[in-house]
Amino acid sequence: MTTLGDYLIVSGILFAIGFAGVMLRRNLLIILMSLELMLNAANLSLVAFSRFRLDSNGLPNYNAQVFVFFIITVAAAEVAVGLAILVALYRTRQTTDVKDISSLKF
Amino acid sequence: MSTFLFWIFALLTLIFGAAVVINRNPVASALSLVVSFLGLAALFMSLNAYFIGIIQVLVYAGAVMVLFLFIIMLLDLRAEEGRQINWLASAGGLAVALILLGQIFSVVGHLTIAHKAFPPLPGATIDDVRHIGAALFGNYNLPFQIVGVLVLVATIGVVLLSKREPR
Repeated sequence: MTTLGDYLIVSGILFAIGFAGVMLRRNLLIILMSLELMLNAANLSLVAFSRFRLDSNGLPNYNAQVFVFFIITVAAAEVAVGLAILVALYRTRQTTDVKDISSLKF
Repeated sequence: MSTFLFWIFALLTLIFGAAVVINRNPVASALSLVVSFLGLAALFMSLNAYFIGIIQVLVYAGAVMVLFLFIIMLLDLRAEEGRQINWLASAGGLAVALILLGQIFSVVGHLTIAHKAFPPLPGATIDDVRHIGAALFGNYNLPFQIVGVLVLVATIGVVLLSKREPR
């Protein structure tokens, strides 16, 4: 039998992988992909809790799934804007490496 | 869904998720991300969230990945050549991620409901699309419209950002 904890552990490991990607990688494109991994890990734990907490009719809690729907929508918009910024940056600097973009660094 | 299938898809998601971070070639990372999202969609299906699983495949494995691959091809990115790795910074980043992982493990381990199995559903099939639609257009009507405005703003922003400025 799979328990709620199994899903939460998988979600936590996936979040940590995405977090490590954001911390370790220097390519902006890979950092955006790692952000997507982290968002999806959060979605997985939301859906797991939705299935675990049944409402009075014995159905899953659909409020959580509506929330996941909103997260997916916002994440798609975020990727589109992020990639547009990446293309604009590449046009002026010819790089996608965060090490080369340090004008605002103190 | 049996425990066996759960672990297969969980391992698929995690291994290819790690491959996204480890791969040096951006195209390989993007394709690993597709497999990871498909495994995650299977996990959603195993939780009886069929609508979310389908949306995951359509939006992430479809639209978002095409966007990523399109940008990789457009910018003609190559695999990073072996640049000098800052070992101290890498070890620091990895340590923070591992501390976070340990924290999550300890919280889940101490959660009493985490050791319980999922309660059974009343019927073999549930029409979750109907319930999500009712919630979306009833209770969450205003947030739904606000998200629509957000997507419109994002579209206008992307068009403005990618327009070449006249010199």
